[in-house]
Amino acid sequence: MATRTEFKNPLIRWVDDRLPVFTYLDHEYNQFPMPKNLNYWWNFGALASVVLVLMIVTGIVLAMQYTAHVDLAFESVDRIRRDVNYGWLLQYIHMNGASMFFIVVFIHLFRGMYYGSYKAPRELLWMLGVVIVLLMMGTSFMGYVLPWGQMSFWGATVITNLFSAIPWVGDAIVTWLWGGFSVDNPTLNRFFALHYLLPFVLFAVVGLHVVAVHVTGSNNPTGIDVQAPRDTVSFHPYFTAKDSVGLVAFLMFFAAVVFFAPNLFGEPDNYIKANPLQTPAHIVPEWYFLPFYAILRAVPHKLLGVIAMFASIAVLFVLPWLDRSKVRSANYRPIHNGLFWIFLADCLFLGYIGANPAEGWFVWGGRIGTIWYFAHFLVLVPLVSMFERPRPLPASISEPVLKEKR
Amino acid sequence: MRTMRSLVIAAAAVLAGVTGVQAAGEKIELPDRNWSWQGPIGSFDRAELQRGLQVYTEICASCHSLRLVAYRNLEALGYGEEEIKAYALNYEIHDGPNDQGEMFTRPAIPSDRFVPPFPNEQAARASNNGAYPPDLSLMTKARKNGANHLFGLLMGYADEPPEGFELMDGMSYNRYFPGHQIAMPPPLYEGGVEYADGTEATVEQMAVDVTAFLAWTAEPELEERKSLGIWVLAYLAGLFVIMVAVKRRVWSDVKK
Repeated sequence: MATRTEFKNPLIRWVDDRLPVFTYLDHEYNQFPMPKNLNYWWNFGALASVVLVLMIVTGIVLAMQYTAHVDLAFESVDRIRRDVNYGWLLQYIHMNGASMFFIVVFIHLFRGMYYGSYKAPRELLWMLGVVIVLLMMGTSFMGYVLPWGQMSFWGATVITNLFSAIPWVGDAIVTWLWGGFSVDNPTLNRFFALHYLLPFVLFAVVGLHVVAVHVTGSNNPTGIDVQAPRDTVSFHPYFTAKDSVGLVAFLMFFAAVVFFAPNLFGEPDNYIKANPLQTPAHIVPEWYFLPFYAILRAVPHKLLGVIAMFASIAVLFVLPWLDRSKVRSANYRPIHNGLFWIFLADCLFLGYIGANPAEGWFVWGGRIGTIWYFAHFLVLVPLVSMFERPRPLPASISEPVLKEKR
Repeated sequence: MRTMRSLVIAAAAVLAGVTGVQAAGEKIELPDRNWSWQGPIGSFDRAELQRGLQVYTEICASCHSLRLVAYRNLEALGYGEEEIKAYALNYEIHDGPNDQGEMFTRPAIPSDRFVPPFPNEQAARASNNGAYPPDLSLMTKARKNGANHLFGLLMGYADEPPEGFELMDGMSYNRYFPGHQIAMPPPLYEGGVEYADGTEATVEQMAVDVTAFLAWTAEPELEERKSLGIWVLAYLAGLFVIMVAVKRRVWSDVKK
């Protein structure tokens, strides 16, 4: 940001001389050079930030109508749907927005894995992304408790109880988390407070994530660095236009769910008011937690299960150092490429296991899936990255594109 | 790579198909009716809803509350203000205190929510052999495949349990209820109500009507939601075409 942009409008110039926000916007969102070969998988970061804003806006309006009390929360959410003007729309957008957020972010994450976007110099960018996923999980978990349905209550009970696995102090920690001796009014109140707070923390970390990507620049499908201006195009209008195509397509999917199948991702049990005396037949977390839930249950020891579950995310932090290959994009790494797709299938498989009761073949199925999950990161990726012979890389971003055309 | 990708897609498709099946316990095949409100442009049948209200009022309401629905909401069923006032007048509400500090009862008015049959859960259990008749406001959303579940439940009573089935005292056998033992005795019988519009009150007719009514109480926004959704999707589809054109135009000068 060394050079200032010259603006014609005197008011803008006056502001910019004192606080260079317009120069910043011009540099980062107008002239900013982007690799010209980005495909549509690069849309999902922008989509995620749109969903985040949508969640914050709908969430603030919902909070104006919501009552965080065990006797009133369930009814107040139902009243939002029945009696608030377009309350059903707000509530369904917010409720399904959480699922949309995870769909978009998971695709964004797998895209980063496939194209090696976590490798130098983007390690911090990647790690901030993992922090974002963790914050999203905390926020959505607490948000799911707020409607105070059966799954809200029992999901909160099961998840907070995980902390009781910590030796010696576990039970004390759980009591401290609950603000009592079971999930109750104090729990609901603090979850509401934190559910309102965390999205803003999330927003700040997203800000850092964006700053970081503007320092290193975007990775691209070839995974090789930008070498000359002819490899890039400016952010505006090229990527504002391309992101808009993806955004509208995504909004169509989002709208189709909100307007025609608003309860597609939900559990019917959450339309039953929380009842501490009656446990539902199956306690299932929201779909985006299912793979992690499967890992938790795969380990036949409570503490180790909890550790495995947290480790399944934590391992992502060190992925940049587990993968030793200098080549970023899996397009040029035949074995790593295969591993990636098997890993993706394994995550889907674990999700399927997590949705089913821990009995019969689901038990050992979950164990095999879990072992593969960790073996992928801790054994296969490091080994393959050391011994694999990558295919020859193109000399520049512009080159493979030229070849394809011929 | 392409084969790997198609493998993953195939695996995902298989998983999506299999998750629909209940893994635990015996699988209960629910009836599969074509309900008028299903599908992207489905809507409620007003006559069906009105008959359903009658079934609820005359049969279900003696045990089941509908505490999230207000009498004024019945406007959506096609009733006028006076009809709703008259309907609400049939119910007494415990209210107060008045300016003398006394509690009193008064007839319900349209802004009141449906008056529950029992003052509290204990009273409900005491009158129902220990079982608690659940509130019905959200019932079709609170069960998987809610409408068919409810319809099946109402139609699924058998006079005699299958041979070898141990039925507990005071319970009824029901084909569609999980575990097949239900505390609710068969609520519907031939001619259980005398329909105001002259429709013959068969058990199936009443079950269909009350299911429709309860689908409406659970999702009163359904018609507005779907009709708005069509416009939103049409708008976005138009916008999509424009954005694709804009993108192509913008990118046309980029040398590949």
